[in-house]
Amino acid sequence: MSHAAHKDYAGAKLGMWLFLFTELLLFGGMFLLYAVYLKRYPEEFAAGGQQLNWIMGGANTVILLTSSLFAAMAVTAIQREERKRAVGLICGTILCAAGFMVIKYFEWSAKIGHGIYPGSEHLKAGPPGESVFFSLYYMTTGIHGLHVLIGGALLGWIATRVKAGAVHAGDFVLLENGALYWHLVDLIWIFIFPLYYLVL
Amino acid sequence: MTTENIQSATQHSFWNDTGKTGISSWIFSTDHKRIGLLYFYSTFGFFLVGVLLGLLIRIELMAPGRTIMGAQTYNALFTVHGVVMIFLFIIPGFQGSFGNLVMPIQIGARDVSFPRLNLFSWWIYMIGAVIVLASLFTGGGPPDTGWTFYVPFSARTGTNVSLAVLGVFVIGFSSILTGLNFVTTIHRLRAEGMTWWRLPLFTWSLYATAWIQILATPILAITLVLVAAERMLGTGLFDPSRGGDPVMYQHLFWIYSHPAVYIMILPAMGVISDIVPVFSRKPIFGYKMIAFSSLAIAAAGSLVWGHHMYTSGMSDTAVLVFSFLTFIVAIPSAIKVFNWVTTLYKGSISLEAPMLFGLSFILLFSIGGLSGLILGAAATDVHVHDTHFVVGHFHYVMFGGTGFAFFAAMHYWLPKFYGRRYAEKPAVVSWALMFTGFNVLYFTMQVLGMQGMPRRYYDYLPEFATLNLVATAGSWILAAGLVIMLVNLFRGLWWGAPFEGNPWGGATLEWSIPTPPPTENFIVEPVVTHGPYDFKGSGIP
Amino acid sequence: MNEHHHIISYGKLTGIWLALLLLTALTVGITRVELGGFKVLAALSIACLKAGLVIAVFMHMKYEGRLLRWLLFLTLVTLAIFIGFTFFDVLYR
Repeated sequence: MSHAAHKDYAGAKLGMWLFLFTELLLFGGMFLLYAVYLKRYPEEFAAGGQQLNWIMGGANTVILLTSSLFAAMAVTAIQREERKRAVGLICGTILCAAGFMVIKYFEWSAKIGHGIYPGSEHLKAGPPGESVFFSLYYMTTGIHGLHVLIGGALLGWIATRVKAGAVHAGDFVLLENGALYWHLVDLIWIFIFPLYYLVL
Repeated sequence: MTTENIQSATQHSFWNDTGKTGISSWIFSTDHKRIGLLYFYSTFGFFLVGVLLGLLIRIELMAPGRTIMGAQTYNALFTVHGVVMIFLFIIPGFQGSFGNLVMPIQIGARDVSFPRLNLFSWWIYMIGAVIVLASLFTGGGPPDTGWTFYVPFSARTGTNVSLAVLGVFVIGFSSILTGLNFVTTIHRLRAEGMTWWRLPLFTWSLYATAWIQILATPILAITLVLVAAERMLGTGLFDPSRGGDPVMYQHLFWIYSHPAVYIMILPAMGVISDIVPVFSRKPIFGYKMIAFSSLAIAAAGSLVWGHHMYTSGMSDTAVLVFSFLTFIVAIPSAIKVFNWVTTLYKGSISLEAPMLFGLSFILLFSIGGLSGLILGAAATDVHVHDTHFVVGHFHYVMFGGTGFAFFAAMHYWLPKFYGRRYAEKPAVVSWALMFTGFNVLYFTMQVLGMQGMPRRYYDYLPEFATLNLVATAGSWILAAGLVIMLVNLFRGLWWGAPFEGNPWGGATLEWSIPTPPPTENFIVEPVVTHGPYDFKGSGIP
Repeated sequence: MNEHHHIISYGKLTGIWLALLLLTALTVGITRVELGGFKVLAALSIACLKAGLVIAVFMHMKYEGRLLRWLLFLTLVTLAIFIGFTFFDVLYR
């Protein structure tokens, strides 16, 4: 039996997709809770949504969509052997990730400054539905933000591999899988944005 | 190819043919067989810890009032017994040990799709296990919530629930990675000629199991994160005074934990489907239906989580729907049982140790399954909910089912990987003792439950005293059998007579390669020309 | 590598990106109009459409074999069941 490492391209991609499925289900649990509590507290959820800054949320949506575009373009670039461009595009994605986190930071700190955070006195005094809304908001966007950080770090590592020539048109599954992970992060946000910022 | 593989059997096997020995050649090995044995010894070690805790619980319950421990210790003990048995042994155990040892060989592969990820899974399993163990000795002491971590108690108790929950979260991650590794492996690495309808039924069951791991475990992960957040951040998502709903915790928990029951039982059913035809010298009856019923159990098992919640305050409509759906699971389970029994019919049955454990699986699982129907029907469940009837029921399924199948697998496959055999007679004696002790212990529990003895109670009314004493006596018979089995099995595996070739006449691929297998399993890449139970086609007398 | 990989042009990717931006603007617009309960439905439908575009083109699902599509479908059905069946309780409690 030969010992030559045979790279199973389709297998690697299948494995990545299976992992993405688990991520979908992970956020699915949060969306399940959202659905149940939206049904129970429609007015409070609307009131909570109004307190969120939809302009910041919208800006972050545009940023993430753009970052996803860059990631997808990076895959095209590597397939066409345009290594420099691929690295540049990945860096663009990472920059977008950083921008996303900065906006998120300002958004969260503004809310926390107003005394709105899980377990705060302000929320304890308010209607119960509002407390549920903001707890879900912090948990969902928090876990999503964590995924942005992980995805950004992952792409950063992949960028160094592309630069080193380890990822090229003949073998780019690493970049493709990294991009897939990044698109998932975008995908989740596509649902978070209308559900939290726009249920007015 | 069969003869070629056997003929080239030499002293060289995965134990020594890479030239690497010592602990680091094991804990950093990416060979699926070495990882399988790592999993086997770590999960089985935790099983023994769990057994010990179980014995202590039984001693405490031997007589009313305080026997050997205080109430708080008792609470911690049944919690840790549950957490260790469920999350450290039975969920990772079968997949990790026998799945890893056997599955790649059964499909004719050199290894799994992602060998390094496989090793990583074992490492994070160990890290998770260490975190769980650390939770016992740090903070506010061992968790006392029961293995289900129900809110609101788990959100408020001063014991170290947060750390235990983190440990289980980490183990869940390991489970997910094993699951996706196995699904990819079965899709991508089947040997030439190994079509889907030639997969051994053990591999089929692992495939179904892996899907549950992928689709259900993330829900547990998020649930545990939410419990930790409840404790540390005060999110109040399950706190009624803050608008939350504790019943939602139960939904989320059982959305994972009911399918998880099938993570525990499906590989066991797969082992039995492999063992029964071999020891009946007859092709399995209804191969396709058994394979299909594994998938059907996985699918139907994802629809019925609500049957754990009939008394939770859930809506009557939901009780009705979930009760109805629960009975659907009985269909594929019964298909399996009927097919095994039909395989036995007119077979030339040889009652050796693996088969004895396998046959008792069929009986004990059937008893457990039937008592499950009593719990699945909402009307009867209300009466026996949270009693010892439930405890008896799930031990019949989990221990009588999966546990006995695990012992069957140990007697069936471990000699293959050690190249040495155990003595048959002590194995049979140990089986007889365990089978007797098991029924004395758990059947009595079911009777106690019917009489109204609640589960997880430290003390009980004097009228339950006799049966509790009987149950405790049963636990000792069971433990005695277990000790004999272990001594005999491991003495055999380490110092016993050589185990060579294919003594039981199995037709699956693992019996066509040298014993013990070489590192890359196959000396020549196999081409599969016959089904897994086609004894004639594979030239086995 | 003997497998064939489809290369998606920069132009096509940019087109999809523009469509996604337009749909985002549409979502914001639609939720400002008084639609009552249909608001959530409309916003979610657009989100699903956007997700579909990302999966099909950015994530190359359009060019993958049937297997991945079926598995994705299976996953989404499972999630739908988990959420849907919980409502047997929530709706009728």
